[in-house]
Amino acid sequence: MSEELLYVYAVLRTGPQLPRSLVEADTGPVLGAGLRLVGHDGLTAVAEPVSAADFDEGPLRARLEDLDWLAGVARAHHGVVARVGRLATTVPLRLATVCRGPEGVRRMLAEGRVPLTRALRRLAGTEEWGVKLYTEPAAADGPAASPAPSAAGGSGRDYLRTRVAARRARDDRDDRARQTARTLHDDLRARASGAVTHPPQHGALSSAPGRNVLNAAYLVPTADRRAFLDGVPDADSLPAGLRIEVTGPWVPYSFAHGPADAAEAP
Amino acid sequence: MTTPSGLPRLGDDGGGANLADILERVLDKGVVIAGDIRINLLDIELLTIKLRLVVASVERAKEMGIDWWERDPALSSKARDGELGRENADLRRRIAALEARREEHP
Repeated sequence: MSEELLYVYAVLRTGPQLPRSLVEADTGPVLGAGLRLVGHDGLTAVAEPVSAADFDEGPLRARLEDLDWLAGVARAHHGVVARVGRLATTVPLRLATVCRGPEGVRRMLAEGRVPLTRALRRLAGTEEWGVKLYTEPAAADGPAASPAPSAAGGSGRDYLRTRVAARRARDDRDDRARQTARTLHDDLRARASGAVTHPPQHGALSSAPGRNVLNAAYLVPTADRRAFLDGVPDADSLPAGLRIEVTGPWVPYSFAHGPADAAEAP
Repeated sequence: MTTPSGLPRLGDDGGGANLADILERVLDKGVVIAGDIRINLLDIELLTIKLRLVVASVERAKEMGIDWWERDPALSSKARDGELGRENADLRRRIAALEARREEHP
Protein backbone atom coordinates (compact mmCIF):
# COMPACT_ATOMS: atom_id res chain seq x y z
CA MET A 1 0.00 0.00 0.00
CA SER A 2 1.94 2.99 -1.24
CA GLU A 3 -0.67 5.59 -0.47
CA GLU A 4 -0.70 7.19 2.95
CA LEU A 5 -3.85 6.78 5.04
CA LEU A 6 -5.11 9.84 6.87
CA TYR A 7 -7.52 9.51 9.75
CA VAL A 8 -9.73 12.61 9.90
CA TYR A 9 -10.99 13.66 13.34
CA ALA A 10 -12.80 16.91 12.73
CA VAL A 11 -13.35 19.83 10.41
CA LEU A 12 -13.05 23.52 11.22
CA ARG A 13 -13.27 26.78 9.42
CA THR A 14 -9.84 27.88 8.25
CA GLY A 15 -8.89 30.88 10.31
CA PRO A 16 -6.40 32.47 12.63
CA GLN A 17 -8.01 30.93 15.70
CA LEU A 18 -6.30 27.65 15.04
CA PRO A 19 -2.58 28.15 14.58
CA ARG A 20 -1.05 25.07 13.04
CA SER A 21 1.62 24.92 15.70
CA LEU A 22 -0.95 24.82 18.48
CA VAL A 23 -2.64 21.65 17.31
CA GLU A 24 0.52 19.93 16.22
CA ALA A 25 2.70 20.82 19.18
CA ASP A 26 -0.01 20.32 21.75
CA THR A 27 -0.66 16.67 21.17
CA GLY A 28 2.08 14.53 19.73
CA PRO A 29 1.07 11.28 18.09
CA VAL A 30 -2.45 10.11 18.93
CA LEU A 31 -3.35 7.16 16.71
CA GLY A 32 -0.43 7.47 14.30
CA ALA A 33 2.31 9.85 13.30
CA GLY A 34 0.96 13.05 14.86
CA LEU A 35 -1.74 15.52 13.95
CA ARG A 36 -1.61 17.67 10.88
CA LEU A 37 -3.93 20.17 9.27
CA VAL A 38 -5.14 19.78 5.72
CA GLY A 39 -6.90 22.81 4.31
CA HIS A 40 -9.07 23.39 1.28
CA ASP A 41 -11.17 26.36 0.25
CA GLY A 42 -11.92 27.80 3.67
CA LEU A 43 -12.19 24.48 5.54
CA THR A 44 -9.50 22.74 7.58
CA ALA A 45 -9.41 19.07 8.47
CA VAL A 46 -7.59 17.83 11.57
CA ALA A 47 -6.01 14.61 10.35
CA GLU A 48 -3.30 12.15 11.26
CA PRO A 49 -1.33 9.65 9.18
CA VAL A 50 -2.17 6.17 10.48
CA SER A 51 -0.77 2.76 9.67
CA ALA A 52 -2.44 0.68 7.01
CA ALA A 53 -1.91 -2.34 9.25
CA ASP A 54 -4.59 -0.96 11.58
CA PHE A 55 -6.72 1.29 9.45
CA ASP A 56 -6.92 -0.14 5.98
CA GLU A 57 -10.27 -1.64 5.20
CA GLY A 58 -9.52 -5.27 6.01
CA PRO A 59 -7.67 -4.82 9.31
CA LEU A 60 -10.13 -2.18 10.44
CA ARG A 61 -13.04 -4.57 10.08
CA ALA A 62 -11.32 -7.08 12.28
CA ARG A 63 -10.14 -4.47 14.79
CA LEU A 64 -13.55 -2.98 15.32
CA GLU A 65 -14.79 -6.27 16.67
CA ASP A 66 -12.29 -5.86 19.50
CA LEU A 67 -13.98 -3.79 22.16
CA ASP A 68 -10.74 -2.85 23.91
CA TRP A 69 -9.21 -1.57 20.71
CA LEU A 70 -12.41 0.22 19.78
CA ALA A 71 -12.52 1.85 23.22
CA GLY A 72 -8.95 3.08 22.85
CA VAL A 73 -9.61 4.56 19.42
CA ALA A 74 -12.87 6.11 20.60
CA ARG A 75 -11.16 7.82 23.53
CA ALA A 76 -8.33 9.01 21.29
CA HIS A 77 -10.79 10.30 18.72
CA HIS A 78 -12.82 12.09 21.33
CA GLY A 79 -9.67 13.50 22.96
CA VAL A 80 -8.62 15.20 19.74
CA VAL A 81 -12.12 16.45 18.96
CA ALA A 82 -12.47 17.89 22.47
CA ARG A 83 -9.04 19.55 22.40
CA VAL A 84 -9.69 21.12 19.02
CA GLY A 85 -13.19 22.05 20.11
CA ARG A 86 -11.77 24.24 22.85
CA LEU A 87 -9.97 26.31 20.23
CA ALA A 88 -12.63 26.77 17.57
CA THR A 89 -16.05 25.72 16.32
CA THR A 90 -15.61 22.08 15.40
CA VAL A 91 -17.61 19.59 13.37
CA PRO A 92 -16.68 16.14 14.67
CA LEU A 93 -16.48 13.33 12.14
CA ARG A 94 -17.54 9.80 12.89
CA LEU A 95 -15.10 7.29 14.21
CA ALA A 96 -12.80 5.71 11.62
CA THR A 97 -13.19 8.22 8.83
CA VAL A 98 -10.09 7.47 6.80
CA CYS A 99 -8.99 9.11 3.55
CA ARG A 100 -6.31 8.20 1.05
CA GLY A 101 -3.61 10.85 1.34
CA PRO A 102 -3.95 14.64 1.63
CA GLU A 103 -5.56 14.60 -1.80
CA GLY A 104 -8.33 12.40 -0.46
CA VAL A 105 -8.89 14.75 2.47
CA ARG A 106 -9.08 17.75 0.16
CA ARG A 107 -11.58 15.96 -2.07
CA MET A 108 -13.66 15.12 0.99
CA LEU A 109 -13.65 18.78 2.06
CA ALA A 110 -14.63 19.86 -1.44
CA GLU A 111 -17.47 17.37 -1.75
CA GLY A 112 -18.72 17.95 1.78
CA ARG A 113 -18.41 21.69 1.58
CA VAL A 114 -22.12 22.48 1.77
CA PRO A 115 -23.10 20.29 4.77
CA LEU A 116 -19.86 21.06 6.60
CA THR A 117 -20.25 24.80 6.20
CA ARG A 118 -23.86 24.59 7.28
CA ALA A 119 -22.91 22.58 10.37
CA LEU A 120 -20.11 25.01 11.26
CA ARG A 121 -22.53 27.89 11.08
CA ARG A 122 -25.13 26.13 13.19
CA LEU A 123 -22.71 24.94 15.86
CA ALA A 124 -20.77 28.18 16.28
CA GLY A 125 -20.82 29.34 19.89
CA THR A 126 -22.61 26.27 21.20
CA GLU A 127 -21.82 23.25 23.31
CA GLU A 128 -23.59 20.00 24.08
CA TRP A 129 -24.70 18.86 27.53
CA GLY A 130 -25.84 15.36 28.32
CA VAL A 131 -28.51 14.74 30.93
CA LYS A 132 -29.41 11.25 32.09
CA LEU A 133 -32.02 10.11 34.53
CA TYR A 134 -31.72 6.77 36.31
CA THR A 135 -33.96 4.80 38.61
CA GLU A 136 -31.87 3.71 41.55
CA PRO A 137 -31.32 -0.05 41.71
CA ALA A 138 -32.41 -0.03 45.36
CA ALA A 139 -35.78 1.33 44.33
CA ALA A 140 -36.09 -1.05 41.40
CA ASP A 141 -36.30 -4.05 43.68
CA GLY A 142 -37.49 -2.33 46.79
CA PRO A 143 -38.77 -3.98 49.92
CA ALA A 144 -42.16 -4.82 48.45
CA ALA A 145 -40.63 -6.75 45.57
CA SER A 146 -39.51 -9.70 47.64
CA PRO A 147 -42.39 -11.36 49.48
CA ALA A 148 -41.64 -11.59 53.19
CA PRO A 149 -40.39 -15.02 54.24
CA SER A 150 -43.42 -15.38 56.51
CA ALA A 151 -44.60 -18.06 54.11
CA ALA A 152 -44.76 -20.45 57.04
CA GLY A 153 -48.41 -19.79 57.73
CA GLY A 154 -49.16 -17.85 54.54
CA SER A 155 -51.54 -19.26 52.01
CA GLY A 156 -51.06 -19.28 48.25
CA ARG A 157 -53.56 -16.48 48.11
CA ASP A 158 -51.37 -14.34 50.40
CA TYR A 159 -48.39 -15.07 48.24
CA LEU A 160 -50.21 -13.99 45.10
CA ARG A 161 -51.49 -10.89 46.81
CA THR A 162 -47.94 -9.92 47.75
CA ARG A 163 -46.77 -10.54 44.20
CA VAL A 164 -49.51 -8.40 42.72
CA ALA A 165 -48.75 -5.60 45.18
CA ALA A 166 -45.06 -5.76 44.29
CA ARG A 167 -45.80 -5.58 40.60
CA ARG A 168 -48.17 -2.69 41.10
CA ALA A 169 -45.54 -0.81 43.11
CA ARG A 170 -43.01 -1.38 40.35
CA ASP A 171 -45.42 -0.16 37.69
CA ASP A 172 -46.14 2.96 39.73
CA ARG A 173 -42.43 3.61 40.09
CA ASP A 174 -41.92 3.21 36.35
CA ASP A 175 -44.82 5.57 35.64
CA ARG A 176 -43.38 8.15 38.03
CA ALA A 177 -39.94 7.83 36.43
CA ARG A 178 -41.37 8.21 32.93
CA GLN A 179 -43.42 11.21 33.96
CA THR A 180 -40.43 12.87 35.62
CA ALA A 181 -38.30 12.17 32.56
CA ARG A 182 -40.88 13.75 30.27
CA THR A 183 -41.29 16.86 32.41
CA LEU A 184 -37.54 17.26 32.80
CA HIS A 185 -36.92 16.88 29.07
CA ASP A 186 -39.63 19.39 28.14
CA ASP A 187 -38.26 21.87 30.62
CA LEU A 188 -34.63 21.54 29.53
CA ARG A 189 -35.57 21.55 25.87
CA ALA A 190 -37.19 24.93 26.37
CA ARG A 191 -33.91 26.26 27.79
CA ALA A 192 -31.77 24.86 24.95
CA SER A 193 -31.51 25.69 21.27
CA GLY A 194 -31.69 22.02 20.34
CA ALA A 195 -32.50 18.70 21.98
CA VAL A 196 -32.29 15.03 21.08
CA THR A 197 -32.96 11.89 23.04
CA HIS A 198 -30.59 8.98 22.67
CA PRO A 199 -31.61 5.41 23.39
CA PRO A 200 -31.27 4.54 27.07
CA GLN A 201 -27.83 3.23 27.84
CA HIS A 202 -27.25 -0.39 28.67
CA GLY A 203 -25.91 -0.79 32.18
CA ALA A 204 -23.37 -3.37 31.05
CA LEU A 205 -21.39 -0.80 29.12
CA SER A 206 -22.01 2.39 31.04
CA SER A 207 -21.47 0.56 34.34
CA ALA A 208 -23.76 3.13 35.91
CA PRO A 209 -25.96 1.73 38.65
CA GLY A 210 -29.69 1.74 38.09
CA ARG A 211 -31.77 1.77 34.95
CA ASN A 212 -31.38 4.61 32.47
CA VAL A 213 -34.80 6.11 31.76
CA LEU A 214 -33.77 9.33 30.00
CA ASN A 215 -30.65 9.84 27.91
CA ALA A 216 -30.86 13.27 26.33
CA ALA A 217 -28.47 15.76 24.78
CA TYR A 218 -29.04 19.50 24.59
CA LEU A 219 -27.45 22.08 22.35
CA VAL A 220 -26.74 25.13 24.47
CA PRO A 221 -25.21 28.46 23.46
CA THR A 222 -22.01 28.75 25.47
CA ALA A 223 -23.18 32.09 26.80
CA ASP A 224 -26.31 30.44 28.27
CA ARG A 225 -24.47 27.62 30.02
CA ARG A 226 -25.16 28.88 33.53
CA ALA A 227 -28.85 29.43 32.88
CA PHE A 228 -29.20 25.97 31.37
CA LEU A 229 -27.39 24.21 34.20
CA ASP A 230 -29.45 26.13 36.75
CA GLY A 231 -32.50 24.50 35.19
CA VAL A 232 -31.21 21.01 36.01
CA PRO A 233 -32.88 19.91 39.26
CA ASP A 234 -30.54 18.86 42.04
CA ALA A 235 -30.75 15.48 43.70
CA ASP A 236 -32.94 16.73 46.55
CA SER A 237 -35.70 18.04 44.33
CA LEU A 238 -36.11 14.79 42.40
CA PRO A 239 -38.70 12.19 43.42
CA ALA A 240 -37.21 9.47 45.60
CA GLY A 241 -35.47 6.66 43.77
CA LEU A 242 -34.36 8.78 40.82
CA ARG A 243 -30.84 9.92 40.11
CA ILE A 244 -29.71 12.54 37.62
CA GLU A 245 -26.37 12.78 35.86
CA VAL A 246 -25.06 15.68 33.80
CA THR A 247 -22.10 15.43 31.44
CA GLY A 248 -20.45 18.10 29.37
CA PRO A 249 -19.59 20.36 27.85
CA TRP A 250 -19.19 18.19 24.76
CA VAL A 251 -18.36 19.29 21.26
CA PRO A 252 -21.89 19.13 19.81
CA TYR A 253 -21.63 15.62 18.35
CA SER A 254 -25.33 14.97 18.63
CA PHE A 255 -26.16 18.03 16.58
CA ALA A 256 -23.57 17.77 13.83
CA HIS A 257 -25.96 16.00 11.48
CA GLY A 258 -28.54 18.59 10.71
CA PRO A 259 -31.62 20.20 12.13
CA ALA A 260 -33.81 17.28 11.04
CA ASP A 261 -33.07 15.05 13.99
CA ALA A 262 -32.71 17.94 16.41
CA ALA A 263 -36.49 18.11 16.54
CA GLU A 264 -36.80 14.51 17.67
CA ALA A 265 -39.19 13.97 20.55
CA PRO A 266 -38.58 11.54 23.40
CA MET B 1 -14.39 14.27 36.85
CA THR B 2 -17.04 15.33 39.26
CA THR B 3 -17.28 18.80 40.59
CA PRO B 4 -17.95 19.15 44.30
CA SER B 5 -21.57 19.97 43.61
CA GLY B 6 -21.89 16.65 41.85
CA LEU B 7 -23.04 18.41 38.75
CA PRO B 8 -21.17 18.55 35.46
CA ARG B 9 -18.54 16.01 34.72
CA LEU B 10 -16.33 17.37 31.99
CA GLY B 11 -16.47 15.38 28.81
CA ASP B 12 -13.83 17.68 27.47
CA ASP B 13 -10.63 15.74 27.82
CA GLY B 14 -12.21 12.35 27.35
CA GLY B 15 -10.28 11.03 30.32
CA GLY B 16 -13.10 11.13 32.82
CA ALA B 17 -15.99 10.59 30.50
CA ASN B 18 -18.00 7.39 30.53
CA LEU B 19 -16.98 5.05 27.70
CA ALA B 20 -20.63 4.48 26.80
CA ASP B 21 -21.11 8.23 26.38
CA ILE B 22 -18.04 8.49 24.17
CA LEU B 23 -18.93 5.48 22.02
CA GLU B 24 -22.47 6.72 21.68
CA ARG B 25 -21.18 9.98 20.30
CA VAL B 26 -18.23 8.96 18.14
CA LEU B 27 -19.90 5.88 16.64
CA ASP B 28 -23.33 7.19 16.08
CA LYS B 29 -23.09 10.96 15.81
CA GLY B 30 -20.90 13.37 13.98
CA VAL B 31 -20.80 13.86 10.26
CA VAL B 32 -20.03 11.28 7.64
CA ILE B 33 -19.38 12.46 4.15
CA ALA B 34 -19.35 9.75 1.54
CA GLY B 35 -17.28 11.18 -1.28
CA ASP B 36 -13.75 9.95 -1.57
CA ILE B 37 -13.57 8.27 1.78
CA ARG B 38 -12.88 4.63 1.26
CA ILE B 39 -13.33 3.55 4.77
CA ASN B 40 -15.83 4.90 7.16
CA LEU B 41 -18.48 3.70 9.44
CA LEU B 42 -21.05 3.35 6.72
CA ASP B 43 -19.05 0.48 5.27
CA ILE B 44 -18.37 -1.23 8.53
CA GLU B 45 -21.66 -0.54 10.22
CA LEU B 46 -23.01 -4.07 9.92
CA LEU B 47 -19.84 -5.57 11.29
CA THR B 48 -19.86 -3.40 14.34
CA ILE B 49 -23.52 -3.80 14.98
CA LYS B 50 -22.91 -6.40 17.67
CA LEU B 51 -20.88 -3.87 19.60
CA ARG B 52 -23.24 -1.07 18.82
CA LEU B 53 -26.10 -3.09 20.17
CA VAL B 54 -24.53 -2.84 23.56
CA VAL B 55 -24.52 0.90 23.20
CA ALA B 56 -27.78 1.52 21.43
CA SER B 57 -31.05 0.13 22.58
CA VAL B 58 -32.77 -2.69 20.84
CA GLU B 59 -35.67 -0.40 19.94
CA ARG B 60 -33.42 1.95 18.05
CA ALA B 61 -31.84 -0.84 16.03
CA LYS B 62 -35.31 -2.21 15.33
CA GLU B 63 -36.31 1.14 13.90
CA MET B 64 -33.38 0.74 11.57
CA GLY B 65 -34.85 -2.58 10.48
CA ILE B 66 -32.21 -4.67 12.11
CA ASP B 67 -33.66 -7.51 14.11
CA TRP B 68 -31.48 -10.48 13.38
CA TRP B 69 -30.56 -10.90 17.02
CA GLU B 70 -34.09 -11.99 17.73
CA ARG B 71 -33.23 -15.13 15.86
CA ASP B 72 -29.65 -15.38 17.12
CA PRO B 73 -29.72 -17.79 20.10
CA ALA B 74 -26.50 -16.32 21.46
CA LEU B 75 -28.13 -12.94 21.88
CA SER B 76 -31.79 -13.54 22.47
CA SER B 77 -33.37 -15.65 25.13
CA LYS B 78 -36.52 -15.55 23.03
CA ALA B 79 -34.73 -17.16 20.12
CA ARG B 80 -33.16 -19.63 22.50
CA ASP B 81 -36.55 -20.51 23.91
CA GLY B 82 -37.96 -20.92 20.44
CA GLU B 83 -35.22 -23.23 19.36
CA LEU B 84 -35.09 -25.21 22.57
CA GLY B 85 -38.84 -25.36 22.66
CA ARG B 86 -38.96 -26.86 19.22
CA GLU B 87 -36.20 -29.29 20.08
CA ASN B 88 -37.92 -30.28 23.32
CA ALA B 89 -41.24 -30.85 21.62
CA ASP B 90 -39.53 -32.92 19.01
CA LEU B 91 -37.71 -35.05 21.60
CA ARG B 92 -40.87 -35.49 23.64
CA ARG B 93 -42.68 -36.71 20.56
CA ARG B 94 -39.93 -39.21 19.83
CA ILE B 95 -39.84 -40.49 23.41
CA ALA B 96 -43.60 -40.94 23.38
CA ALA B 97 -43.31 -42.87 20.15
CA LEU B 98 -40.55 -45.09 21.57
CA GLU B 99 -42.48 -45.74 24.78
CA ALA B 100 -45.61 -46.57 22.86
CA ARG B 101 -43.68 -49.03 20.74
CA ARG B 102 -42.14 -50.66 23.85
CA GLU B 103 -45.55 -51.10 25.40
CA GLU B 104 -46.80 -52.74 22.27
CA HIS B 105 -43.83 -55.12 22.17
CA PRO B 106 -42.62 -55.63 25.78
